[in-house]
Amino acid sequence: MPGLGTSFGRGGATTAQWDLQNAQCIVIEGSSMAENHPVAYRFVMKAKERGATIIHVDPRFSRTSSLADLHVPIRPGSDIAWLGGLINYVLQNDLYFREYVIPYTNAASIVSEDFEDTEDLDGLFSGYDPEERRHQVDTWQYEGQPVPAPGYNPVQLSTQEHIPQTESLTEKPIPRDETLQHPRCVLQILKRHFARYTPEMVAKTCGIPEELFHQVARVLVENSGRERTTAWCYAVGWTQHTKGVQIIRAAAILQLLLGNIGRPGGGILALRGHATIQGSTDIPTLYDMLPTYLGQPSAQKKHEHLEEYIQTEQSPTGWWVNYPKYIVSLLKAWYGDAAREENEYCFDHLPRITGDHSQLPMTMAIHDGEIQGLFLMGQNPAVGGQHAGFIRKALASLDWMVVRDGFEHETAAFWYASPEVRRGEMDPKQIKTEVFLLPAALAGEKDGSFTNTHRLVQWHDKAVEAPGDARGEPWFMYHLGMRLRKLYAQDPEPESIRVRQLLDLTWSYPLEGERQEPVVESVLQEINGYHVTDRKPVQSFEDLQDDGSTACGGWLYCGVMPEPGVNLARNRLPDPVEGPGTHRNWGYAWPSNRRILYNRASADPDGKPWSEQKRLVWWDPEQGVWTGNDNPDFPREKAPDYRPDWSRNPRGMDAHPGTAPFIMIADGLGWLYAPSGLQDGPLPAHYEAVESPVRNPLYGQQISPTCQVYHRPENPIHAVDDPAYPYVVTSYRLTEHHTGGTMSRWIPWLAEMQPEAFVEISEELAAEKGIENGDWVTVYTARAETEMRALVTPRIQPLHLDGRTVHVVAMPWHYGYIGLAQGDVANDLCSLVTSPNISIHEAKAFTCNLRPGRRANAENTPVGHAGNGERNQRS
Amino acid sequence: MSETEGAGEVRHGPFPSGQTPSREWPFYYDYATECPPPPGIEAEKTSGYPVRPGEDYGFFTDTTLCIGCKACEVACKEWNQLPADHIEWRATSYDQTRSLGHSTWRHVKFIEQRQAEGERPRWLFQSDICKHCAHAGCLEACPTGAIVRTEYGSVLIQQDVCNGCLYCIPSCPFGVITLDRESDAKAHKCTFCYDRLQDGMEPACAKSCPTDSIQFGPITQLRARAQARVEALHDQGFPEAQLYGDPGGQGATNGVEALNSFFLLMDHPNVYGLPEAPKLPARQVAPGLLTSLAAGVLLIGATAAALLGSRR
Repeated sequence: MPGLGTSFGRGGATTAQWDLQNAQCIVIEGSSMAENHPVAYRFVMKAKERGATIIHVDPRFSRTSSLADLHVPIRPGSDIAWLGGLINYVLQNDLYFREYVIPYTNAASIVSEDFEDTEDLDGLFSGYDPEERRHQVDTWQYEGQPVPAPGYNPVQLSTQEHIPQTESLTEKPIPRDETLQHPRCVLQILKRHFARYTPEMVAKTCGIPEELFHQVARVLVENSGRERTTAWCYAVGWTQHTKGVQIIRAAAILQLLLGNIGRPGGGILALRGHATIQGSTDIPTLYDMLPTYLGQPSAQKKHEHLEEYIQTEQSPTGWWVNYPKYIVSLLKAWYGDAAREENEYCFDHLPRITGDHSQLPMTMAIHDGEIQGLFLMGQNPAVGGQHAGFIRKALASLDWMVVRDGFEHETAAFWYASPEVRRGEMDPKQIKTEVFLLPAALAGEKDGSFTNTHRLVQWHDKAVEAPGDARGEPWFMYHLGMRLRKLYAQDPEPESIRVRQLLDLTWSYPLEGERQEPVVESVLQEINGYHVTDRKPVQSFEDLQDDGSTACGGWLYCGVMPEPGVNLARNRLPDPVEGPGTHRNWGYAWPSNRRILYNRASADPDGKPWSEQKRLVWWDPEQGVWTGNDNPDFPREKAPDYRPDWSRNPRGMDAHPGTAPFIMIADGLGWLYAPSGLQDGPLPAHYEAVESPVRNPLYGQQISPTCQVYHRPENPIHAVDDPAYPYVVTSYRLTEHHTGGTMSRWIPWLAEMQPEAFVEISEELAAEKGIENGDWVTVYTARAETEMRALVTPRIQPLHLDGRTVHVVAMPWHYGYIGLAQGDVANDLCSLVTSPNISIHEAKAFTCNLRPGRRANAENTPVGHAGNGERNQRS
Repeated sequence: MSETEGAGEVRHGPFPSGQTPSREWPFYYDYATECPPPPGIEAEKTSGYPVRPGEDYGFFTDTTLCIGCKACEVACKEWNQLPADHIEWRATSYDQTRSLGHSTWRHVKFIEQRQAEGERPRWLFQSDICKHCAHAGCLEACPTGAIVRTEYGSVLIQQDVCNGCLYCIPSCPFGVITLDRESDAKAHKCTFCYDRLQDGMEPACAKSCPTDSIQFGPITQLRARAQARVEALHDQGFPEAQLYGDPGGQGATNGVEALNSFFLLMDHPNVYGLPEAPKLPARQVAPGLLTSLAAGVLLIGATAAALLGSRR
C-alpha cells in the first residue's frame, strides 16, 4: 500500500478492472490473475480480443500464462532487477513521455546535496543506521525543503525534526530544473541509480534471456504515449517479499515515466487477495491505522495531544491540509456528544501504539506469553500464517481463544488435530487454551458491503437467514459491545479512561428482527458522515469541518449515502455497450465515485485530452470546469493555468499549480523519487530474499538493510547459497480454493476440483532426484518438513543465470489437516521475517530442499532442527 | 421488511436520485416488495437471448477464452446437485474428474504439452459437455423412449422412463453417458439445464463462465458468431483456429450432421481427445444389414447348390 501511496498519494489501485479493456498492453506480474481473479480477467480477455498484447511475468507457467501472448519466466524475488532493467532501458534511450513527465512528476525537482545513492554506498542509501536497521531520511529531501509523505507517515528516526520544517512548503516552490540537466534533479539521479540494471544484469539476476527482455521493453514503449496505454496488474506475488513495497515502487516509476497513470487503459491495478481486502484496509483491520488512512496515534511520535498529532500528520500543502477535519469528524462519529473541543474530542480515548503490533510480532507475543486472549474472526492462521507450526505452538500459550468461522478449521482444532499433537510435541491434556468456537454467518446470510480491488463499494443483501446459532459479525460485535458496556458501567472508577473509552462510544444502532441484528446500513450511514446538529448526511468530504459540527466514520467514503435511505453502493446500472464505460452508476467508488484516480493526467497540461482515443477528463474553458466521462480527481474549477502566488503563502490545494494531478502529495507531483514515507529507500534497489541461492549480483548489500529477521531458536534461517537448501520455493493459490481453505476445502464440489496438496517441479529436477509424476516427495526447510505429491510438469522451467541452473519449487498453500481436501501445511516451511514499511512476510521466495518419498518418521519429526531432512534421508 | 427506528428509511434506496429502475441488464428487483422477473427475461439479460420453446439452442464453447477456472463444472454440479464422488488427486495436470459421466456433466480438460527446446510449454483448456447432436445416437438407440429431443432442441434423458438398459452408452460417439451404478442404475448426462430453460434462465455453466468462453444462444446465431470469431483469429495470425461440430464439418460427420454444443479449438480434435470423424451407430446398421443379407443370399445359394448337387 505505501508503494502506491508514496508514488501517487493513495494506497489504492489507480484504475478500475473494467478499464483494462481499453489497454493496448497489459502486464501481469506477481499475480496469477486468471486463476485468482477470474472475473476481473474477463476484461483482460476483452482487451486481448481487441488486439492488446498480454504479458505474464511469473516463475510458473500458470493458467494466466497460457492465455498471455508472452510468458516471461523470472526467478522468484528478483522483480526489482527486472523492473529496474526496464526503467534503465526507458531512461538510457530517452523513451520516456517527456511532455507528461516534466509537469506531472518530480523528475525536475532537485534533491539535497547530502543525498548519497546505492551507487556511492554499495547498496545502501545515506542516513543508514546499522544498529537500528533504519534510515534517517533527512538527506533524502529536496534541496532546502523537506516534505511529508502523503497520509501514511511511518515512524522514522528524524520524523520529529523534519516535519515542522515542512511548513516552509507554503513559502516557495521546490527547486526545479525543467531542462532535466541538473546533476541532482530526480531524473539524473534515476539515470545514475538504474544504470547498472542492464539487460545482461537482468539475465544474470532474473534468468530472463536478453532477447526476451528487449522484446518486452519494445512492446511496453510501443504501447505507451499519447495514443496508447499499458496497464500493470499485481497481487501478493509482489507484496509478500521483504522488499515488496519497493517492487511496487519500481512499477510506479516505470508507469510514470511512460505516462500511463491517470489515463484510460493505463494505471496499476493492485489485485487484492479477498473480496473486500481493500475495504478492510480502508476501514482497517490494521493496527497502525484509523479509518481511511489516518494514522493510529503512536507513543513513538509526538502524539500526546490532538494538536501535536495534527501537526505531525498534516501536510501544509496538498489535500492532506484537510487532515484536522477528518480526524475531528472521526472522533465525533465515535464518541458523539462526549467529544468536545475542551477535551480534544476524546483524542485520549484512542490507544497509542508502542511498536510493531502486526501479525508476526503479535504471534511471537502470544508465544512468549505476553498476550493471553485472542479473537480470531475469518482467519485460519494454522494454515495461512507464516511458519504455521510456530503459530500452532504459540496458540497453546493462550488462556482463551474465540474462533468465529463457517467451519471448525485447523486453527480452532489445533489442540487436538495438529501435526504437533500427532507427533507428540503437544499434549491436549497439557494445553490450557480454552477454545470457544462460534458459528459465523456467511456472506449470503447477512447484509453488508464489499469494497473490491478497485475501491468499488458494492452492497449485498441477506438472501437467507443463517442457520441455528450462526450470526454475522455486526451482530456479534454489537452485542459484545453492549455486554462490555454493561460490565464497565459497574466499574468503581467511572471516569477512568478504560471506562470512558467504552461508555462514550456511540453504540446506538437500530436493531431489527427477532435476532436483534443491527441494521448494517446505519453503520454505512455513520461512515458516510452527517451534520451533528440535524443528522443530515454529508454529501462529500468537502462538507466536513474541524470544529465538531460534522461526524464521519471514514472520510473517503463520504457520499456513499448522500441522502437518508439512498445507498449508492446498491447501484447496479451499467453503461450501455456504446459507452462511455466508466460505469459511474454501478456501485460507488471512493473517493467521490472517481473511477480512475489522478485522471487530471488524462489531459495535457493545457487541459486537452492527449488524444481522441485516450480522452477521459478535460478542461471546459467555457464553463470553467473539469468535465468528462469520469468524475474529475481534481478541484472542479481549478484552471490548468493556475499558478500559486508564493507571496501569499498558499496552503493546501492553493499551493499546487493547475497542472499537478497528484493532489494527495505535498507537491502535487508523481514521486519518481520518494523523499519521505519509506523506511528502505527513496528508490527501489535490488536486494535478495532473506533466503536466496545466490549472492546479490548488483550490490555488496545482500538483503534489504531494513527488513526484520527474527532470530529465535524456532526460526533458523538458511545461509545464502546453502547447499543443504539449494532450491527456490514459491507458494501460490489455486482457482479452486480460497486462502486458508475455510471457504472451500469443506465444500465437496470445490474439494473435488483440487482434493490434495501437491508440489509442482520441473521435469529436469524430477529426473535429477528420481521423482515420477504423482510420487510422494518431502519438501523441507530448517523449520519444517512437509510431504506432498509431485506434479512433474514442463510448466516449471529451470532458470539459467550466469552459467548456473536454479530450480524453482512451487506449491499451493491452501491445505491443512482437516476438511475434505487435505494435505501438509505448505506455510510450515516459511520463516519469520518481515518487510520494513508494512511488516509483511516473505512467502514468495525462500529456499528449500526436497527428496523423493514420504516424510521419514512421519509423525515424529521434530520441527526447528536444521539439516533434519538430510539425516532422515541417510538413515 | 420492517421499518427501522432512528436511522431513517435506510432499507430501500437502490437508485440515484432522478433515475428510475432500468429495464436494461442487470435488472434490479427487490424480492421483498416486487414480483420476481417474468420467465424468459433473465436469459435475455445474462446471455443476450430470451428462451422461447420451439427454437433450437446450443452452446458455443470458445476454448481460446477459457481460463480453466472450472466455474462451469462446479456450477453444473451445484445446480444439478450432482455428487462430488472423485475426491482423489490424480496427477493429471489440474484435471481431477477425468471425464464426463453420470456425475460430471461439464468437464474441463487440461492438455499440457512440452514444446521444442527454448519454446514455452502449451496448456490448453477445453470445457467439454454433451454435444446435443442434431442426430443423436443415444436417442436413436434408446428402446424405452426415455431419451427425447426437447422443445429447445436439446437431448434429454427422462429419468423416470430410463430403465438402465445401457443401449445409449455405446451409441454415443463421444462417450458422454455413463450409468450411475452406485445409486439409481440409470443413465445420466447433461440436461442442458432443462429446468432452468423452462424458467427462462440460461444453463448454469454458461451463466457462471467469467470470460464468456461458454456462450448460450439460438444455434443459428451462435454459428454465425463462431464463424466470425474463427475468421478474426485467422486474421490475428492463428490459422490453427477451427470449429468442431459445425454442420458437416469435423465432429459432425457420418450422420451426426451437426453438434448443437460445438467448439472452437486451437488444434486438431485428437489433441483434445475428440473424435475427428464420429459415426452414428445407426450408420453401421445399413452396411451391416446389407452385408448380412448378402451373406445370407450367398449361403442360401450355396446351400441350394449343394443340395441340388447332392441330388444329382
